[in-house]
Amino acid sequence: MNRLVILIVLIFAASFAHAIDPLPFKDRAEEVRFQNLTRELRCLVCQNQNLADSEAQLAVELRRQVFDMMHSGKSDEEIKQYLVARYNDFVLYDPPVKAGTLLLWFLPGVLVLIGAGVVFNILRKKSRQPVVATDPEEDW
Amino acid sequence: MTRLIPLLIFIALVALLAFGINWNKHHEMFEVPSPLIDKPAPEFTLPLLYEPEKTLARKDLLGQPYILNVFGSWCPTCQDEHPILTRAVKPLGIKLIGLDWRDDPADGKRWLAQFGNPYDAVLTDPDGHAGIDFGVYMAPESFLIDAQGVVRYKRIGMFTPELIASELMPQLKTLGQPVTTK
Repeated sequence: MNRLVILIVLIFAASFAHAIDPLPFKDRAEEVRFQNLTRELRCLVCQNQNLADSEAQLAVELRRQVFDMMHSGKSDEEIKQYLVARYNDFVLYDPPVKAGTLLLWFLPGVLVLIGAGVVFNILRKKSRQPVVATDPEEDW
Repeated sequence: MTRLIPLLIFIALVALLAFGINWNKHHEMFEVPSPLIDKPAPEFTLPLLYEPEKTLARKDLLGQPYILNVFGSWCPTCQDEHPILTRAVKPLGIKLIGLDWRDDPADGKRWLAQFGNPYDAVLTDPDGHAGIDFGVYMAPESFLIDAQGVVRYKRIGMFTPELIASELMPQLKTLGQPVTTK
């Protein structure tokens, strides 16, 4: 039983592990900043992974680049700008609102509103109909 | 009329899915449009593969258009693209510059010795920094850069004869580049 518990704990702990490339962080705060930043950036090779998780060679190099830029005193915003200038807004998991991303940002909301409108209409029509006692003998 | 609504919704859904399938046929899902199009190409000064003591810089290439083709000996698709570069791109008469990206120069040389060298000059970028400046993420990639050093067109992935005819040739014509037909 104990062994099983340890095994389960280890399996769940694995998802928090960050093996990847050992970078010489100067303190814990810097490491946290690095992890947060690379989680917001998308890997271009495995496009559904973020930069923090990807094992692609390019991701390793881009992580190194992010790390070097952090060390040379660049802000998170400057690092993002550096990558966007090369790889487009696509690298950001949180793309800015602008003409090209309006659909991306607002279409889901618009669709939800349309759906809500349809449901509302149906409910209103139903509530206007007189309540008809259903025949228990009704043939389904 | 209200009975038709489910049918209409169904037709709209079919149209949407058909559009998606058709769109996917003509677009690569992995393709990220380059923000460099119509912008000056990034600065670079890189050693030549065959004369590592010499370098070639962006400014040295100003004055005539060229194609910068990013390849690597480790890249299988580059091997597929190689005969197309030799047989279909090189005869167009445009300057062809190779960028041996993220590759050991010795491996790059051996690769070119094995398959032949279609390039007018080959640059080396073993640590991949120049590639990152160009926003390269998936070799092979090709950039068409005009005489003023502005990026006019980018191809992500290999060139095919169809793409050369439908995309590259029209771009070359707008540059006023005399296109030699085979």
